[in-house]
Amino acid sequence: MSGPNSSYDPVQVTPLGEEEVFAMRDAALAAIAAASDLDELKRVRSEHAGDRSPLALANREIGALPPAARKETGARVGQARGAVNQALAVRQAELEAEAEERMLVDETVDVTLPWDRTPRGARHPITTMSERIADIFVAMGWEVAEGPLVEAEWLNFDALNLGPDHPARTMQDTFWTEPAENHVVLRTHTSPVQARTMLTREPPIYVVCPGRVFRTDEYDATHSPMFHQVEGLVVDEGITMAHLKGSLDHFAQAIFGEGITTRFRPSYFPFTEPSAEVDLVCFVCRGSGLVDEATCRTCRGEGWIEWGGCGVVNPRVLVACGVDAERYTGFAFGMGIDRTLMFRHGVEDLRSFFEGDVRFSRAFGTEI
Amino acid sequence: MRAPVSWIREYVDLPDGLSTEDLAAKLTALGLKLESLTYPGADVTGPLVVGKVLTKEPEPQKNGKTINWCTVDVGDANGTGEPQGIVCGAHNFEPGDLVVVVLPGAVLPGGFEISARKTYGHVSAGMICSARELGLGDDHTGIIVLPPDAGQPGESVREYLHLDDEVIEFEINPDRAYALSLRGVAREAALGFDAPYTDPAARDVPEPNADGYPVLVEDPEGCPVFVARTVTGFDPAAPTPRWMARRIQLAGMRPISLAVDVTNYVMLELGHPIHGYDLDRLQGPIRVRRATEGEHLTTLDDADRVLSAQDLVVTDDSGPIGLGGVMGGATTEMSGSTTRILVEVASWDPVSMFRTGKRHKLTSEAGKRNERGVDPTIPEAAADRVVELLVQYGGAVADPGVTKVGEPPASPSIRIAASLPARVTGMEIGADTVAENLTAVGCSVDGTEDLVVVPPPWRRDITDPFDLVEEVARIVGYDNVPSVLPPAPAGRGLTFTQQLRRRVGRTLAGAGYVEVLTFPFVGTEAFDSLELAEDDPRRFALRLANPLSAEAPLMTTTLLPGILETVARNTGRGNDDLALFEVATVTLPHGGPAAPILGVDRRPSDGEWDDLNKALPDQPLHLVLALAGDREPSGWWGAGRPVAWSDPIDSIREVAAALGVEVDVRTGKQAPWHPGRCAELFVGEVSLGYAGELHPRVCQALGVPARTAIAEIDLTALLAHAVAVVPAPEFSTYPVAKEDVALVVGADVPAEEVGRALREGAGALCESVRLFDVYRGEQIGEGRKSLAFALRFRAPDRTLTEAETGAARDAAVAVAVERFGAEQRA
Ligand SMILES: [Zn+2]
Repeated sequence: MSGPNSSYDPVQVTPLGEEEVFAMRDAALAAIAAASDLDELKRVRSEHAGDRSPLALANREIGALPPAARKETGARVGQARGAVNQALAVRQAELEAEAEERMLVDETVDVTLPWDRTPRGARHPITTMSERIADIFVAMGWEVAEGPLVEAEWLNFDALNLGPDHPARTMQDTFWTEPAENHVVLRTHTSPVQARTMLTREPPIYVVCPGRVFRTDEYDATHSPMFHQVEGLVVDEGITMAHLKGSLDHFAQAIFGEGITTRFRPSYFPFTEPSAEVDLVCFVCRGSGLVDEATCRTCRGEGWIEWGGCGVVNPRVLVACGVDAERYTGFAFGMGIDRTLMFRHGVEDLRSFFEGDVRFSRAFGTEI
Repeated sequence: MRAPVSWIREYVDLPDGLSTEDLAAKLTALGLKLESLTYPGADVTGPLVVGKVLTKEPEPQKNGKTINWCTVDVGDANGTGEPQGIVCGAHNFEPGDLVVVVLPGAVLPGGFEISARKTYGHVSAGMICSARELGLGDDHTGIIVLPPDAGQPGESVREYLHLDDEVIEFEINPDRAYALSLRGVAREAALGFDAPYTDPAARDVPEPNADGYPVLVEDPEGCPVFVARTVTGFDPAAPTPRWMARRIQLAGMRPISLAVDVTNYVMLELGHPIHGYDLDRLQGPIRVRRATEGEHLTTLDDADRVLSAQDLVVTDDSGPIGLGGVMGGATTEMSGSTTRILVEVASWDPVSMFRTGKRHKLTSEAGKRNERGVDPTIPEAAADRVVELLVQYGGAVADPGVTKVGEPPASPSIRIAASLPARVTGMEIGADTVAENLTAVGCSVDGTEDLVVVPPPWRRDITDPFDLVEEVARIVGYDNVPSVLPPAPAGRGLTFTQQLRRRVGRTLAGAGYVEVLTFPFVGTEAFDSLELAEDDPRRFALRLANPLSAEAPLMTTTLLPGILETVARNTGRGNDDLALFEVATVTLPHGGPAAPILGVDRRPSDGEWDDLNKALPDQPLHLVLALAGDREPSGWWGAGRPVAWSDPIDSIREVAAALGVEVDVRTGKQAPWHPGRCAELFVGEVSLGYAGELHPRVCQALGVPARTAIAEIDLTALLAHAVAVVPAPEFSTYPVAKEDVALVVGADVPAEEVGRALREGAGALCESVRLFDVYRGEQIGEGRKSLAFALRFRAPDRTLTEAETGAARDAAVAVAVERFGAEQRA
């Protein structure tokens, strides 16, 4: 039995003794356990399990042993090498895990640092509310109609049963354009879109029209020369006020939540007959007029909020717009979008919508 | 319309215990909308009693005033029965008079608490009251002196003064003119509670005769009915009875004198305007005619008015003495010495009333009623009621003469199917209910299935079957309308353009822009500030006839003024880093024809419809951007990036890309951009608008930060190029070949054009050309710059050889060399 020989000579071999093999194995295991990082382990691997390691050399000598010794020695060396390789694998995994752990610790940052790196954009709440309203009606199969802001006098008034001497025409506070004989106005309501729609489409008509309107109101916390309305128009066979009520109840619930319904009060608009004002159950106090036993601020304790106007399309309007008034009936409604936002979101001053302070629009984000 | 509840109850027998709140709610449900509910008198609490003045000692004061030290018998009201010592500043009473005394512990309007207090050397235990102190009117010239029958000292005087009442204020819609009277409001209350009603206009009146004051109506269409009555021996000093003055005051008008108050009282009672003339100042017969153009009349408000040929005037031999139905004239006005009165109650054409009121900018209680239309059958009753009150309270004697010219027009007959209300409202309303309800509002109804309905004379608003439907529906109750969704057919959703507009807003919001909405009103100064040339088409703007501000009479042609004002406002509030956008229409007049006023009895013809639309100015949608401050803020990560001229260009390209459109950028020149930092943006050969840096002078003039960057484009034009259906891309999976070239060109050569030259020269194998560096420096030479481009080549069917790629690159460079004299840098 001889020890590993640097000048390898397969002829002169002596079988290795049990202690010698164990010693090689233990030396290797000790070195592996002592390796403190992956580099050191790599060195240990080459020293104790590489081609020139004592156990590898011992293994190579087995073939030269006499048959009787070959089996026993082979088994002994094989077991020793197996134990060394397994120890290497385990230690490798341990050290890799430690290294990764250390790297992650080293790379730790203060994640609270990022702060408004990219400026926040926002769309205007009137835009997003208009879209949301349009979507509610589009989901019911309606379409979105549009018309110009600078409109023909005939469409803004006459076609809607507001003749030249109609008292309601003075209520409108219209912006007139020059020269007066051109008969062009800034539309005072979205209702001319009703007339446009009837003049350009065949019934059945189911449209909604959010848009900008103008009146000669002095600019203050509750008035503005420019504001926004949403108009609805349905013309079909067999349409009744019940369909109007159903549509508005659905609208109210979609915007203000389950259980928020509407009520009608008789009113007067030249383009509808019968006409009604629409009130909404106060979505804050849900009609009780009280919040925590104090008067509800949203509805001033009335339990109802004035929301808009509506009615059955006056047959005179149908006639002026070429709709067969014998065959078809219709309904129309109009609500203020700005106003809806004001009480839905507690906007105190109408001017907030038009001042363009970025802090205002940003609060509402990109959808409402 | 303000209606005292005590007055309503005079004509309708309302259910016992009905609260005023419930009454108002019911009337609101019927269409008379509650505006406010007030409780006059409720702000006067505590002892308010009849007092008898026992002594009155005038005591001159150092300040020149004289006060009266009085003792007043207030019975047991002060708990002692002893006379009450009170200091009083007024002088219009004598010992023995009955006065109104408020005792310590009481509270007067405004929370004024009464207590015994030391003043002018006496302890004044209470106060002798004037009308104003009690909230009974404006009169503060003296204290109230009660007549001897007002009550015993110490008795409460509240009832006698008619202090307590409840007043419902209604908002009256234009179609409910009849409710501008207690007669009308009470009728609605009777309708609401099915209660007995007494019509105050139903009275026996003397027959018209030939002895009345002579009246000639030359325009019976303008004035279908004219009734005149006269009284003599009227005492101009007779006071208005307290109850009448109080009601007039509670109804929102001012008591003036008995003669005037009586006409106003009867107008409030019956809804019919009435005019009183001083009969002694009338000269000759009354004539009603249209004015001659240019005629003058001084009206009661002392305004000299130049009349139009459309105005209806009441005249006598002296010329016009009143603007019929709107306002009387000064020359025949009743005065403090009037003893003979002519009472005019005339029915006027509402349209003429409306026009005259509008022309002369006159709003009066009479005009308000006349232009909406009053009951033409009640002038005789109204005149008779006035005469009755003048006789009763003013000691006048009624003349037997009664003038009546003309007859009230007949109410129209309206045919309506009894099924129509149900068909229109969706409520179950039987034919019987229809007939009953129409009868209840005063209509006469004939027939069972097809009804012939004649509305009552006070409802001149009812002309159409649908008007009758409303009457039936409001009585059945709008609360009974069921809620049913209509059966809409399948819709097509948003149009492509509508979707695209949303996409534009979302893209910009995603890129950090905040949307603003601005007013479209501008003045020429806004254009001057932008340094627009005199002939700049943007100065050609639509003018408003009645702008809110004389400084902003134009409809803007550009969105820049609004958004730049918004930038200035934001920076003024410390919002320094800004990226704003607005999408709105601008108004571009084209000097086209006038819009026709078409008929309403039929649909406009296609030609008329075209004319109508052609008359409107062009109103394209514009997109405007404005940036200021830092585009990216500085922070722990390093320095920020200030807004650059290139930001708006990039953002417009981003918007275009979201629409599937490629935008070309060319050197532009346009106010108000920086002349060297202005890009014109194109889709193909269509110019969309401009982007770049705002001119420094304009920045200064508008008070926006230096280097503010802006863009304004015609969004309508851009949207028109949006790609509706994106074809799936085809791309090669062979390796890409990359070539970088650096070209030295003149400093004024636009990079975009050099890039385009490279793209054109590189041929079909070129996948992209991207500018990645711009360099100026000594190595390059004065007036020159180096542009570095990355070129990518790829073939659809093979891997390109180096020779192929090199040849394509050389071909690309060759075009740039040829076009711009570019030199290739090594
Ligand atoms: Zn509430």
